[in-house]
Amino acid sequence: MTLVYPVQSLAAHPPRLSPAYKSTVKRSPSKPLIPMRHTLSELTGPVYGHETVRANDHDLTVHGKGEPIGERIIVHGHVLDEDGRGVPNTLVELWQANACGRYVHVVDQHPAPLDPNFTGAGRAQTDAQGYYRFITIKPGAYPWGNHHNAWRPAHIHFSVFGHSFVSRLVTQMYFPGDPLFPFDPIFNSVTDEKARNRMISSFDLENTKPDWALCYRFNIVLRGRNATPMENS
Amino acid sequence: MPQTKPDGVTPSQTVGPYFAYGLTPNGKYDWNDAFNNNLVTPDTSGERIRIEGEVFDGDGAVVPDCMLEIWQADAQGRFSDPQDKRAVPNTSFKGFGRIGTDAKGGYAFDTVKPGVVPDPDGKPQAPHIVLAVFARGMLLHNYTRIYFDGEAANAADPVLALVPADRRATLIATRQPGSGNAVYRFDVHLQGDNETVFFEV
Repeated sequence: MTLVYPVQSLAAHPPRLSPAYKSTVKRSPSKPLIPMRHTLSELTGPVYGHETVRANDHDLTVHGKGEPIGERIIVHGHVLDEDGRGVPNTLVELWQANACGRYVHVVDQHPAPLDPNFTGAGRAQTDAQGYYRFITIKPGAYPWGNHHNAWRPAHIHFSVFGHSFVSRLVTQMYFPGDPLFPFDPIFNSVTDEKARNRMISSFDLENTKPDWALCYRFNIVLRGRNATPMENS
Repeated sequence: MPQTKPDGVTPSQTVGPYFAYGLTPNGKYDWNDAFNNNLVTPDTSGERIRIEGEVFDGDGAVVPDCMLEIWQADAQGRFSDPQDKRAVPNTSFKGFGRIGTDAKGGYAFDTVKPGVVPDPDGKPQAPHIVLAVFARGMLLHNYTRIYFDGEAANAADPVLALVPADRRATLIATRQPGSGNAVYRFDVHLQGDNETVFFEV
């Protein structure tokens, strides 16, 4: 069965059951997934106009009355497919903790301060070549209840659509050199080291803005249509 | 700019427990919704329906931190995407919806019943909505389909035919009694005896 989007691409993803991340134990399927051909329902996906993304949605530092606390950073990159083709005009959504490692979410009770000037949500649309850019605050690490002394490495959540419903991706961007990497079961749920490293942004001195903000580059690679002629049978 | 071919896709990671203020704020946070659970626009043609249900984990406990996304054709079976070459949309119906489950694991979508969409061989598929399930504890979202009970076309649907007969019911939304717009119930069981059929796509 040749799929329009090669199924081999899925091998990079973590197994749904990754017991070191305890919440997967009761939330992962116990029965095998059923393979199916891609039909029009899978090969199409939502399309958005500029009305979805407002002028300052990409700049998380200007959503409050004043500047948020923390280290201002630029996060930018290329959304592309497996063959290196840019994915233009696609929606990129982002959410994250503040500089202290605290989320605005009502369930987050980590005893670190909220920042009245920082919500931590943003969105952008890639340009005609597939590039996006955000301005935000470097998020802090935070503790969680998975095991004794568990801490999440600093990360930014990303949600991306791509060309079809099967290219949909939700992932997390990490920062280079984080000492928490060896201890984080979510990061390490991706068993292939090369694949895992694709979730780590790189420090980008060239695009760091002097006297203003460090820059990190995070390219996001989505599933691509099979380069060979469509033979969906 | 010269492009080097990437060595693979970016791996998926969980949405975690705190996605709501970014993805499904729904008036509770200082952020606007890009999408919501009402797909119906004033000029949308077709039968108005509601799909509602609950999401359960392997212990049968409700999942209050789950995000559901649906994607569907309009009542004439056309997708609001230029990649659907047949599409001649005569409505502003976008076909995409998103919601976070509530404290009791519940959700609902207001939409229209989709029309018939062809499979790759040009054969008709029974009316269906595709559903992506995201949650804390899910490193990769699950993909499934919502079909409708009482639909004669289900018997010949090529995707339902792939599913063992004793599991097909997990993919069929059940019509609820009552007058007014049709209400269908579709529960999602992430694991266990009644586990929803998930597809590898």
